Amino acid sequence: MEFQLSCPIPKSEYDKILLAHGGGGTLTHQLITKIFLDQFGNEYLNQLHDGAVFEINGTKFAFTTDSYVVNPVFFSGGNIGELAVNGTINDLVCCGAKPLFISTGFIIEEGFEIEELWKIVLSMKDAADKANVLIVTGDTKVVEKGKGDKIFINTSGIGIVYEGLNISPKNVKVGDVIILNGKIAEHGIAIMSEREGLEFETKIQSDTAALNGLVEEILKVSKNISVMRDPTRGGLASALNEIASSAKVKIEIYEERIPISEEVMGACEILGLDPLYIANEGKILIFASEQDAAKILSVMRNHPLGKESTIIGKVIDKGEGLVTMKTLIGSTRIVDMISGEQLPRIC
Amino acid sequence: MKYLSEFRDYKSAKLLAKKINEIAKHNWTIMEICGGQTHSILKYSIDELLPEKISLIHGPGCPVCVTPLEMIDKAIKIASRNDVIFTSFGDMLRVPGSELDLLSVKANGGDVRMVYSPLDAVKIAQANPGKKVVFFAVGFETTAPANGMAVLNARSLGLKNFSILCSHVLVPPAIEALMSGFNSNINGFLAAGHVCTVMGFDEYIPLSEKYKIPIVVTGFEPIDILQGIYKCVSLLEEGKPVVDNQYSRVVRKEGNLEAKKIINTVFEVTDRKWRGIGLIPKSGYKLKDEFSDFDAEKIFDLGDIIVDEPEICIAGEVLQGLKSPLECPAFGKECTPENPLGAPMVSTEGACAAYFHYKKQKVN
Repeated sequence: MEFQLSCPIPKSEYDKILLAHGGGGTLTHQLITKIFLDQFGNEYLNQLHDGAVFEINGTKFAFTTDSYVVNPVFFSGGNIGELAVNGTINDLVCCGAKPLFISTGFIIEEGFEIEELWKIVLSMKDAADKANVLIVTGDTKVVEKGKGDKIFINTSGIGIVYEGLNISPKNVKVGDVIILNGKIAEHGIAIMSEREGLEFETKIQSDTAALNGLVEEILKVSKNISVMRDPTRGGLASALNEIASSAKVKIEIYEERIPISEEVMGACEILGLDPLYIANEGKILIFASEQDAAKILSVMRNHPLGKESTIIGKVIDKGEGLVTMKTLIGSTRIVDMISGEQLPRIC
Repeated sequence: MKYLSEFRDYKSAKLLAKKINEIAKHNWTIMEICGGQTHSILKYSIDELLPEKISLIHGPGCPVCVTPLEMIDKAIKIASRNDVIFTSFGDMLRVPGSELDLLSVKANGGDVRMVYSPLDAVKIAQANPGKKVVFFAVGFETTAPANGMAVLNARSLGLKNFSILCSHVLVPPAIEALMSGFNSNINGFLAAGHVCTVMGFDEYIPLSEKYKIPIVVTGFEPIDILQGIYKCVSLLEEGKPVVDNQYSRVVRKEGNLEAKKIINTVFEVTDRKWRGIGLIPKSGYKLKDEFSDFDAEKIFDLGDIIVDEPEICIAGEVLQGLKSPLECPAFGKECTPENPLGAPMVSTEGACAAYFHYKKQKVN
């Protein structure tokens, strides 16, 4: 066996972890492929899906994990606890699974208010109850003051994949339509508006929500779904790019069809940010065959989390993973993978 | 949205493109000065809508791009100190100095904070009396009033721990430099709407007369830019080298008098080096001597910083509109947004980054 002793990331790149390595863009992708996949790679992990799908005694399971370090811990429209429960549920949903059990690990900074922890725990219980999942195991660690940032939460989840459903970027076909269940960029802007140094007044709330109920309704009318993805960190653009590149297809989206509130648009204009790259926590992209689109849209629009569902684009060709957008003025531009964190610009 | 959706309207864009096509009889090269306009042009593929006779070239108006390497190195030197909280607009943090960028300083333990307004940096100084808080005051005339206001506020609050690292640049001297030699193939300019919001456009009239070029003050939305191009092409075809104002919903001829008053109180004009271009006389602002206590270059001992730009990088020629980013041998290869060799690949307003994000696959 040959051991690789040197770091496989080339020297010309950063030799320390930057925040952008966690931003969901190309630096994150680089870290995953060159460090983690390089050593952990296997048939499940290599698919780089929201979770792993595997079979035990004839039953297909989905398994996923995610850590939550959001700052501030409490934000408009939610808190770190319900985000952690909903996020893991949504990752299971995107694997085509019915979420069943969740674990939770707390890393708490010394000095954190018990009352705040209580509020977080109540919201986690509420989120789990709403989504009909059980929190079945957990862990607690306390770190010295200054060694953490209030509270970090890890959740893992397990679910059973719906029969007859085969979710994989490999199944994406030319002609598939792309459905989105509502307005984008609300979570990211809600968080950003409360960050130190960037505070601005807004009524925008995080869209954090568990999507299993919505997807259950969809699956009642169609199983012709190639892929589902929750466009969280890195936003809509990153999720579409990931799918385009693993499915080896060209995707076209239509700017005028992408739902976005005026308030979010305004905040993005002021800060110089592109809403396509801003995080969502209650949105889902569904790649489905065109003939089923109408009935899928109809059930989605009847669900509280899908009232504004719409077709935002289409898989137009095979290719090397390209996302383009018909702009509002009728031209076409590339929607690229973001390279790092989006930074508010000077003027 | 009022003032937004109507300036991104498909029908208006199509109509304007048609009108430009109808009036353009000759080949014209038009330079948009501002990086915000460059970004819009590429983001909306405005060039696709124009007839072949009209060439758009991109000017030096990206503040991140033209901030000299020495200044970035000075910022890095200051930000690396234990007694400093270094504050900056977001997009300066990733600009490469000769060895590091400010985000790497942060990863190495430096207290580097992104702020949206220099006034927030003053608040940080108030809240951290034990630290020296420095704000990286870069930008064109647009950001100068807020940066000047931060200094005035700090003085009236009696703060002894606030200073700015000042690297302001000015548009009219850059136009003069371009026209007097660097790139005299330019037939007309779209002037930067936000700069003119502050300064007005009186200063552009003598330039227009001297070099016989139309200069159209232009906004940033796609319809603004198409209207700006339309006005500029009309003036060129009619042989009228004058200054016109497309962005009249925001820009007044005399500018914003209050903002100009702040600038004149705090800053004075100085020679300034532009990254990739070189020294342009009287092309920047520095703090007046009476504000020396707020001048980071005078407070910190920064020594002599001598730097070299990577040889392969053609940022200078790109910033002068002499070459397109696509003509650079390093574009998309050695130089990418993750590993930028020159500043135009960093900021979203830099021409190289705009081409990389919106055009690269089309080219490949």
